[in-house]
Amino acid sequence: MLSPGTTAQADPPAPVVPLPRRRGIEFTLIVVAVLLSVYGYCDVGIARTGSVPPGAVGYGAGLGVLALLAHLAVRLRAPNADPLLLPIGVLLNGLGLVLIYRLDLETPDDPAAPTQLVWSTLGMGLFIAVVVLLRDHRVLQRYTYVSVVSALVLLVLPIFFPSVNGARIWVRVAGFSIQPGEFAKVLLAVFFAGYLAANRNALAYTGRRVWRLQLPTGRVLGPIVAIWLLSVGVLVLERDLGTSLLFFGLFVILLYVATGRTGWIAVGLLLAACGAVAVGWLEPHVHSRVEDWLHPFASIEAGLGPNQLAQSLFSFAAGGMLGTGLGLGHSVLIGFAAKSDFILATAGEELGLAGLSAIFLLYGLLVERGYRAGLALRDPFGRLLAVGLASIVALQVFVIAGGVTGLIPLTGMAMPFLAQGGSSVVTNWIIVALLMRLSDSARGRSGTAQAEEAGGSERAKGIEGIEGIQGAEGGVAP
Amino acid sequence: MTRYIRHAAAFCALLLLALLVNATRIQLVQARSYDENPANRRHTIARYGQPRGDILVGGKPVTGSKDSGQQFRYERTYKNGPLYAPVTGFASQVYGTNLLEGAEDDILAGTDPLLSPLPLWNDLTRARNPGGHVVTTLDPAAQRAAYEGLGDRRGAVAALEPSTGRILALVSTPSYNPEELSGTDSAVAQAWTRLNQAADKPMLNRAVRQTYPPGSTFKVVTAAAALDAGVVEDVDEPTKSPDPYRLPGSSVRLTNEVEGCADASLRYAFAWSCNTVFAKLGVNVGVAGMRAAAAGFGFNERQLRVPFRVSPSTFDTRVDQAQLALSSIGQYNTRATPLQMAMVAGAVANNGSVRTPHLVERTTTDDGDTVSATGQRTLRQAMNPATAVQLRGLMTDVVERGTGKNAAIPGATVGGKSGTAQHGVHNSGTPYAWFISWAKADDAVEPGVAVAVVVEDAEADRGDISGGGDAAPIARDVMGAVLGR
Repeated sequence: MLSPGTTAQADPPAPVVPLPRRRGIEFTLIVVAVLLSVYGYCDVGIARTGSVPPGAVGYGAGLGVLALLAHLAVRLRAPNADPLLLPIGVLLNGLGLVLIYRLDLETPDDPAAPTQLVWSTLGMGLFIAVVVLLRDHRVLQRYTYVSVVSALVLLVLPIFFPSVNGARIWVRVAGFSIQPGEFAKVLLAVFFAGYLAANRNALAYTGRRVWRLQLPTGRVLGPIVAIWLLSVGVLVLERDLGTSLLFFGLFVILLYVATGRTGWIAVGLLLAACGAVAVGWLEPHVHSRVEDWLHPFASIEAGLGPNQLAQSLFSFAAGGMLGTGLGLGHSVLIGFAAKSDFILATAGEELGLAGLSAIFLLYGLLVERGYRAGLALRDPFGRLLAVGLASIVALQVFVIAGGVTGLIPLTGMAMPFLAQGGSSVVTNWIIVALLMRLSDSARGRSGTAQAEEAGGSERAKGIEGIEGIQGAEGGVAP
Repeated sequence: MTRYIRHAAAFCALLLLALLVNATRIQLVQARSYDENPANRRHTIARYGQPRGDILVGGKPVTGSKDSGQQFRYERTYKNGPLYAPVTGFASQVYGTNLLEGAEDDILAGTDPLLSPLPLWNDLTRARNPGGHVVTTLDPAAQRAAYEGLGDRRGAVAALEPSTGRILALVSTPSYNPEELSGTDSAVAQAWTRLNQAADKPMLNRAVRQTYPPGSTFKVVTAAAALDAGVVEDVDEPTKSPDPYRLPGSSVRLTNEVEGCADASLRYAFAWSCNTVFAKLGVNVGVAGMRAAAAGFGFNERQLRVPFRVSPSTFDTRVDQAQLALSSIGQYNTRATPLQMAMVAGAVANNGSVRTPHLVERTTTDDGDTVSATGQRTLRQAMNPATAVQLRGLMTDVVERGTGKNAAIPGATVGGKSGTAQHGVHNSGTPYAWFISWAKADDAVEPGVAVAVVVEDAEADRGDISGGGDAAPIARDVMGAVLGR
């Protein structure tokens, strides 16, 4: 007996027609993305000074060359990859540079766009490197435990460096600030995917059964819970609440996808609620964030002027439906985090609800394409990795966008690609590169990647066998 | 696993939907309440985001705007700032606006809905109109003559056109440059503190916001009341008044500075400013009559705006007979702004009717299309026209042969009244020198200008201060400037 939507339909018979590769579409979309970014850049200049900013040609050429190089790498090494992922990355990154450049005009003493351009270059360089060098994503499964050790080292590292603005999440080397927690996201996703792919049956079907809940054995569950607790604990120590929330969500989602046990979600939500209430009450930093969320205008009523969240809400409100136009808003009133955590407020004010929705939909499309790759893939590791990476983007966007729009308490996080922050841009390019690789494998299966499949068919059969067992029992257990 | 991946994807879609719904809530549904939060600085930024319209004197702007490149972008500049400060006031990013800058702020800042070509259009486009202009009634020559006439002395001048109420000059000294208050840097705060703490109060608009005891210039009001009430029927008949005059119900004896006041005629008493005669006339008219006469000229009027607020001039109506006698010669609680006394002179010149004084001829859009124009309104009839004719004769006598000879202008008929007002505890303060007058060019149909001058010169020797000596020459220069002589 097969549960609906599992292997029966996802495993087509022998390929007949190769999927269209759609590299031409990708090229066209990249050109559009670059042109949109250059247009935004020029628009800011015209709105502010009445003339096209002098760097427009250089900016457009730089972004265009980088995007084309990335495109060439994809044509060469991942010809079947999803054609939407790269253009979305280019557009969001380009738009982010425009927004940061726009805010730089308000803070001439503290320009951030040039640095961001350097980091973007590095990020796209790493994108190319990953696409070129990583021929098969399954290689990563071998590094499951290397990943988790590196992730933990990266997470612990900032403890030895001074805190910045209340959070101890930066490492300063030679004038550059790096946020190791950003890179740890990818490594942790690799670890979760690798570990769960290897142990998911044990997690789902072994251990004692208490009432209707099938508990896994401690030997299997223990290590992953320990790793997860450790990372969240470290992050709480470092006051990086956004990232700890992200890891928590990632863990619960992957556990659910791997085991299909709704119980995990219930337990996860229960734990999250307890943790959130405890931290919210006991930890003053978090407590003030929660207070700000509940009463964003309390500081105004107290005569202290609007706080960052209130300024952010003012920004969004000022944008209205169509926005003030690039360069014509006043989101700089938000203060020091305007270019990083609150970059979305600038988008909301100057591009309006229309522009903001477009940005949200771009993220939504990015996430959806990641999930689609996960659905099309055969190996559990690949599937979990794709879901994990896409979920990282989704959760991160939700946590920070929900925070700056007053939907949930604010936790400092970087809007993927948009926000100022080198580690963030680099990490997100790596995430997109991995998703490209995963989607290339997923879509390539049906057509050109047969040679690869010939070698891996044994293994694929084995995997499908497990899938079959799961399908058979899955109808009863959950 | 596929099913669970789909579930997770649905969860992510739910998160996205929540974000979209919440963004709609903030940006559309609740946007207005956020926009209107007083802590939201966007209104102020938008307000200073475009150049303000100009205030025009004699067809030329006396204001300007410069781009500071700051958050509150356009700063106000002033041409001849100190000269026009009592009219323009200041427009400061930090301290707000006052006087014309405040009263016509909607026009100047471009927010007045009348500036829009189409109603509701700006609500749709969120655009702002360019700032409109305010055309004043000032006569630049008269303004300059008054300012230069006062020089370093403390004082004020108000001049108006009697037949229309157009204000031709409004000067207060010492003055200040309102440009010092434009902008947001620390120099602005320093200037604000310095100007506010200065002993001679340069930011006080003495012409409309300061009241002085009007002294003998108030005798015009008392004379009008006496003539209107029939207490005096012939200005050349003796008034049966003693010298000295014992104030009724008290032992205080009122005396005069000049000879010949005993039983003097109204003409003589007016020309030489006999206190005793006018004190007795006031008492004879009575409280009700005096109150009505004073009110007719605009005393105790609390709502006067030109278009900025004018401090009310007062004639105390809860007085005993002795206080009434003193009130009638411009002492006790009688106080008047220079503008009020210019209105008194103007009423005499304009056949007894007082026109509402106004400073704004019209307001225009950026292109010069009229937005609104100030119509002429009669404030009230202060006295019978026949009384006005008699008073014009009395005031002309003052300039021709009395205390106001310094105000005479060749080729023009000038009427005036001087005053020296005592003030302070036991009159210990340096007296204020007053002169109010009007002038008619010989070839004109009606008087073209009425003026009031007050000089509060703290440094002059007390004996040297007199309305005729200090204030009359300034009045003459202002009137000469208006009449072109």
